[in-house]
Amino acid sequence: MLEKTNVKVLDKVVVRFSGDSGDGMQLAGNIFTNVSAGLGNQVSTFPDYPAEIRAPQGSLGGVSGFQVSVGTDVHTPGDSCDVLVAMNPAALKQHVKFLKPGGVVIVDIDSFKEADLKKAMFKTDKPFEELAINGQLVEVPVTSMTKAALADKGLDNKSVLKCRNIFALGLICWLFDRPLEAARRHLQKKFAKKPAIFEANSAVLQAGYDYGHNIHASVSTYKVETEDPRPGIYTDINGNTATAWGLIMASEKCGRPLFLGSYPITPATDILHELAKRKDLGVKACQMEDEIAGVCSAIGASFAGNLAVTSTSGPGLALKSEGIGLAVMAELPLVIIDVQRGGPSTGLPTKTEQTDLMQALYGRNGESPLAVVAPASPTDCFTMAFEACRIAVEHMTPVILLSDAFIGNGSSAWRVPEADEFPQIKTPDVPADKLAAGDWHPYDRRENLGRYWPEGGTEGATHRLGGLEKDCTTGAISNDPANHEKMVLLRREKIARIANNIPLLETMGNADADTLLIGWGGTYGHLRTAAEELNGEGTPVAFAHFRYINPLPANALDVIRKYKRVIVAELNTGMFADYLQAKLPGINILRINKIQGQPFAVSEIKEHVKNLISK
Amino acid sequence: MEENSTYTPANFKSDQAVRWCPGCGDHAILNTLHKAMATLGIAPHMTAVISGIGCSSRLPYYMNTFGFHTIHGRAAAVATGYKVANPKMTVWQISGDGDGLAIGGNHFIHAVRRNVDINIILFNNKIYGLTKGQYSPTSDRGFVSKSSPYGTVEDPFIPAELVFGARGNFFARSIDVELATSQEVLAAAAKHKGTSVVEILQNCVIFNNGIHNPITDREIRADHTILLRHGEKMVFGKDKNRGLVRDGFLLKAITIGEDGYTLDDVLVHDAHTPSNFLHQQLAMMDGLGELPLALGVIRDVETPTYNDGVDEQVRQVKAKKGFDSLRDMILAGETWEVK
Repeated sequence: MLEKTNVKVLDKVVVRFSGDSGDGMQLAGNIFTNVSAGLGNQVSTFPDYPAEIRAPQGSLGGVSGFQVSVGTDVHTPGDSCDVLVAMNPAALKQHVKFLKPGGVVIVDIDSFKEADLKKAMFKTDKPFEELAINGQLVEVPVTSMTKAALADKGLDNKSVLKCRNIFALGLICWLFDRPLEAARRHLQKKFAKKPAIFEANSAVLQAGYDYGHNIHASVSTYKVETEDPRPGIYTDINGNTATAWGLIMASEKCGRPLFLGSYPITPATDILHELAKRKDLGVKACQMEDEIAGVCSAIGASFAGNLAVTSTSGPGLALKSEGIGLAVMAELPLVIIDVQRGGPSTGLPTKTEQTDLMQALYGRNGESPLAVVAPASPTDCFTMAFEACRIAVEHMTPVILLSDAFIGNGSSAWRVPEADEFPQIKTPDVPADKLAAGDWHPYDRRENLGRYWPEGGTEGATHRLGGLEKDCTTGAISNDPANHEKMVLLRREKIARIANNIPLLETMGNADADTLLIGWGGTYGHLRTAAEELNGEGTPVAFAHFRYINPLPANALDVIRKYKRVIVAELNTGMFADYLQAKLPGINILRINKIQGQPFAVSEIKEHVKNLISK
Repeated sequence: MEENSTYTPANFKSDQAVRWCPGCGDHAILNTLHKAMATLGIAPHMTAVISGIGCSSRLPYYMNTFGFHTIHGRAAAVATGYKVANPKMTVWQISGDGDGLAIGGNHFIHAVRRNVDINIILFNNKIYGLTKGQYSPTSDRGFVSKSSPYGTVEDPFIPAELVFGARGNFFARSIDVELATSQEVLAAAAKHKGTSVVEILQNCVIFNNGIHNPITDREIRADHTILLRHGEKMVFGKDKNRGLVRDGFLLKAITIGEDGYTLDDVLVHDAHTPSNFLHQQLAMMDGLGELPLALGVIRDVETPTYNDGVDEQVRQVKAKKGFDSLRDMILAGETWEVK
């Protein structure tokens, strides 16, 4: 049997599944994640898939990966993996660089034939030597064992081969002592309508698990720590689903129905998918004819009185900009979700970046300020989607939520909030006495400078909005120069006052340090882990992470000014650093930047921080 | 026409000064819209008027309803979202030929295809007025304008043809100066469930004055146009002695009492027949040759609307497996408890 030697007790382990994009690596990885989360592990995932739906089989371009970290204090999917599963030579070649020195590599040796090696551009017939793998190689005949396990099931060859991923999953479940019953439940759900396929996968899962018992080899394995999380009901959630659910929560808390106008675009489409399903909660999700119609239908829905949202990624945000400007001018609540991907243009559709920050802040004609927020993690997408809606409604403004491909697709275990955990949103209905007295104008403002928001059909509330400049109280078209300047300043001040209605910036790590590491949005997990490790290794740093981008939290600049050395780390060439720099003349903001379509690695952040400190 | 005494045209007028050029056809259309709305018995606060950009798109400011002057070309998308979000409202869209068929062409055809219950009034003056005189997608080939000083080298859209191409189920046409016809077709458009398109030939007195005259000039209008009404004979002409008959697969204009034709040979208009074959032929008559330009409601066929479809699906899904709250929905899925 496969002997479990060198049992290492670790607070977390990282497993990476890799194979052809048609090999079902995402499914195997997802099930392993869910099973681990169900055991009380924290989880963080990173699906790393190609833009092509099905690149040529076995080719380097068609490799799909799924990395998951499980254990305690898990804030990232990990820089590198303890265990790499490679279903073919191309997957091994592409992903071996993610293996920790001395880690375990499980390969399907059946798919390492001469032709397979050729497709993966190996120069010799000794792939393992050629790659100089520094790890423990376990050669498993996954394909032939899968075939053997299904010999009597009467399935065609194609269906049999599709079960290979689940054999690998079974083996990984054995390696990490994961109960098969839980994995089987997930399979049953996945193949609820195809009982024969479920049966086959279930048999293969068992075969993979048993294989671990029955062969003679040795491999190091890991005991994964679990921690006791906060009591409650948990579910596994990815960032895009969390975003969709946060919007629904906001709709419940503001008493207005939820409307989504959208157009499919990677990596944001899952939000449309999820909300289209939620007709069971009364959500109206409309797939419109293009990105512009997506935002414009949402603007129409907002004027009609719904909590209105449009979802997209960078190129779609560019198309929506004129519509967003209309919402700025009409001062209507609108939430625009941008799940950022690599750009410019079509760029890297499936990869992550933080390069839409300037577009979100400034990408419209005229002076058109709006609020920008950015979730820090997959589960934080729920909170920040809620916050985007709360700000939009209470302040009567468009709000851009800057998510990204990494947190949108990544998942974590998430405690389902109790009904009263999120506040009631103060929806600015026109006060009934004002309406009854006929004492209401469309551009009347409340203390926070937001307008009122009557629903279509409200008697006494008929009014006209539009993109032309308006008189500051009556809302009639106005070309008056002084009125225009007043309105520009009012719209700016309205956004600035949102700072009174959002949490203050908190710092983590070593508060007495000279150095402040700053991040924003989806890089939180990597930066926090890097900060913790730096402090643990004797390099004191404080860490501040921004989720409210415009306006900044009221104390943000004062917090930053306390530090001798300020470093902003982000996945672009320095957009947030530039944004802060403009507000902090006299402070030299240092930068850590990465523009590779990939998240940060904790190790590279630590290295950069140490370098910047030593200069 | 069925009258409703609850509202008067004045109930639909806002206090804003109307700013179109003196003599512009838009004035007449605005007045007939006020009148048509007053006949419907729908309150001003249950009405929303949404426009794009252009001279005609100023119209919402002159309505005492909910109104939204949006951005160029996007009125159909804004109106679609409005109607789906708040289906109890009666929603009108105001667009010109540039707004609706050039920059907004995509939204226009998709609104028609979806059959969302909005009433689109297409002001067709075959010119860009607000930008001071460029050709539009309905300008005839060879049309000379500031942006086509040597004449255009492209063929125009015929709005009706576009509506039928997008599988439209309500199409009507009028002329700005035909007040009674405009009022009649606007009211019919409002009563039709689904996307209604009303093309109104409108005269831009400044940049394209008289463009429709070969058809609409008072002297010749009766012989160059035909007012179609469901269930009535297709007769026209100053002396009401001309009619439309089938000629193989085509239409032919005849004189009753000549060449052996009698009134019995003249077609009866059926706006409600599901086939759009004859409707399209009627709508494509251009009024410049033998066949008159068709006015009135040319096609009016009820089919399921998009907004009703959305509401019905919400109702069905909720009845089958609806949840009271997000939390209930989540708890019905895959979860585990930590104690």
